[in-house]
Amino acid sequence: MAPGAVIDDVRSAVRAGSSWSSPKLGSGIGFEDVTVSYGKLVVLASLSLTIEPGEIMALIGPSGSAKTTALRAVAGFVRPASGRIRIGERDVTDLPPHARDIGMVVQNYALFPHMRVEDNVAFGLRARREAKEAVKQRVAECLRMVGMSAYTQRYPRELSGGQQQRVAIARALAVRPRVLLLDEPLSALDAQIRHSMLQELARLHEAMPSLTVLYVTHDQTEALTLADRIAIMRDGRLVASGPSQALYREPPTRFAAEFLGRANLLPVTLEAADAGDGLARVRLGEISLLVKARPGLSVGRDCLLCIRPHGIAMRPGGRPSNELTGVVRAMQWQGDLHSVTLETQGVLIRMICAPLRDPPSLGVRFPIHFAAEDATLIPEDA
Amino acid sequence: MLVWSRSGRIGAWLLFSLLFGVIYVLPVAVIAIASFAGQWNGVLPSHLTFAHYARAVHSSLSAELRVSLITGVMASAVALVVGTWAALALRKIYGASRLVLDIVFFIPSAVPSVSVGLGLLVAFSRPPILLNGTIAMVVVAHFVLTSAFTYGNVSAGLARLGPEFEQMAESLGARPGYRLRHVTLPLITPYLIAAFSLSFALSMGELGATMMVYPPGWRTLPVGIFALADRGDIFESATLTVLLACATLAVLVGLSYIPTRAASRR
Ligand SMILES: Nc1ncnc2c1ncn2[C@@H]1O[C@H](COP(=O)(O)OP(=O)(O)OP(=O)(O)O)[C@@H](O)[C@H]1O
Ligand SMILES: [Mg+2]
Repeated sequence: MAPGAVIDDVRSAVRAGSSWSSPKLGSGIGFEDVTVSYGKLVVLASLSLTIEPGEIMALIGPSGSAKTTALRAVAGFVRPASGRIRIGERDVTDLPPHARDIGMVVQNYALFPHMRVEDNVAFGLRARREAKEAVKQRVAECLRMVGMSAYTQRYPRELSGGQQQRVAIARALAVRPRVLLLDEPLSALDAQIRHSMLQELARLHEAMPSLTVLYVTHDQTEALTLADRIAIMRDGRLVASGPSQALYREPPTRFAAEFLGRANLLPVTLEAADAGDGLARVRLGEISLLVKARPGLSVGRDCLLCIRPHGIAMRPGGRPSNELTGVVRAMQWQGDLHSVTLETQGVLIRMICAPLRDPPSLGVRFPIHFAAEDATLIPEDA
Repeated sequence: MLVWSRSGRIGAWLLFSLLFGVIYVLPVAVIAIASFAGQWNGVLPSHLTFAHYARAVHSSLSAELRVSLITGVMASAVALVVGTWAALALRKIYGASRLVLDIVFFIPSAVPSVSVGLGLLVAFSRPPILLNGTIAMVVVAHFVLTSAFTYGNVSAGLARLGPEFEQMAESLGARPGYRLRHVTLPLITPYLIAAFSLSFALSMGELGATMMVYPPGWRTLPVGIFALADRGDIFESATLTVLLACATLAVLVGLSYIPTRAASRR
């Protein structure tokens, strides 16, 4: 079934007055100073984070940064050593998992191998002793929603990875959870299916705008595509959080800049903290550049200038714009784009542009440009 | 087998066949043949006959076989329930305390079963618990001897199961009882069947402890076989042995056909 058809189904279901949109409006998630430790080892250190009702929050970070631990604390499978966890208005810290009203999808799906698809999806409803007829209706509804209506009688082992994934999502949504917890739900899928599943998740959320989603991943593309806000973890600590675009455009730290997408990080010195129009002036080697101002930095201080590879162009664009002259050091054609590495003022800069019909050869000098608003300052990490 | 040359492999197989034949097949074959023997003076028996079987069917055999089957089923059922319960209760305990508990469970199977019978006799022959001379005493003896194996089997199954399915069930709102009935137990059914089969087989062949505790009128087949052999009725005891083995095998084969949807998981 085409994704479009699925979403039409959902819309008509919503219009028909069915209960797709969760009746439990206003269920955000709150971490209040949550610390989790195994024995003496602290793996999650005083996490404070609020996820608004209806929001998709992506929790990203390298392996071992305690993303899963944070998610499992919400689900109730790990007990915080200190701190409180809230779902909606309820403090759930002391509640067992089955009383928390959550939906969960994990990396390997964990579909019950001894149950057919429809029984898997019905599991949560039957555990809640819902009426037979209601269960049947809801299961059909959920399977239609994820485009798996034709597979009700199969066992999980008879499904492909992507199909298992859909069933796992249907199973989690069937109980109309207050929050949906996803732990790397796409990482077992190949790139192409991952992409289409990502779009489908976005559509599902569009159809259920009140559903709060905590999405754990280490894939920045997934986070940027899906999430309203992103929280970045490192070594068990929250190091940055904010609206996805803002975090991408103005990363607060070097780690955030490098983890969320590719970044050119150039060593610069602040010359003027306020050069008017919300801009600042910095020095890179021998030249002076106009960049977005960042409060709290003092003149003379060494900083990093963060410019995304596609913020650099061969022609001037935006106002005010900076110009640099670089020598081509490397060149890579990647199908739908060209990646060019240039050396300027003793540093290497990578730029990404549409495929060039006439790419410059190595060693050639040519000017590059970037707009001041695409260049942000990051204080050099201690 | 870690032998790679052709002649070496053939040699290894010959050695294996010889050992297997002598240690395993020969005694069983002798018993099987003896059960049909009228006389056995030479290398092979003579006067082959079905007379032993005919007599066995008309003698106390059917009563003894029934006693054995009932005892086996009851003891194994109790062992299955208790062993499963213990395995579930102790699964979250690790380290030294777990080791100690495991050892306690397995002690009865490490000492001679006669001693277990004796211990039960002494322990339950005076108030507050008076089981001496009851059928329950036989069942208790068999239970004590086999429960370690059910516990071990079910523990292995739980260890292999891992926590993910049960946690998923919990996240979907299943309370512990519902989760146990619909997720945990169905997923370890193959282990439960194996546990029951093993303790049933052990119970069917149990002699030592039963000898110490069986009351009049509750004589198991192995006790009957022993009595016959003791009297010198070798052929008839062989006949009963064959019948006991067939009955046990029939039950085990039947158990192995219980459909388990979890058996073909993943
Ligand atoms: N049961 C446990 N006992 C001890 N340490 C644990 C346990 N579970 C997790 N940890 C540790 O907690 C830390 C965080 O683990 P966690 O699974 O939350 O990381 P993650 O961010 O999800 O990583 P990944 O991206 O690889 O899934 C790791 O260092 C891990 O070794
Ligand atoms: Mg993880």
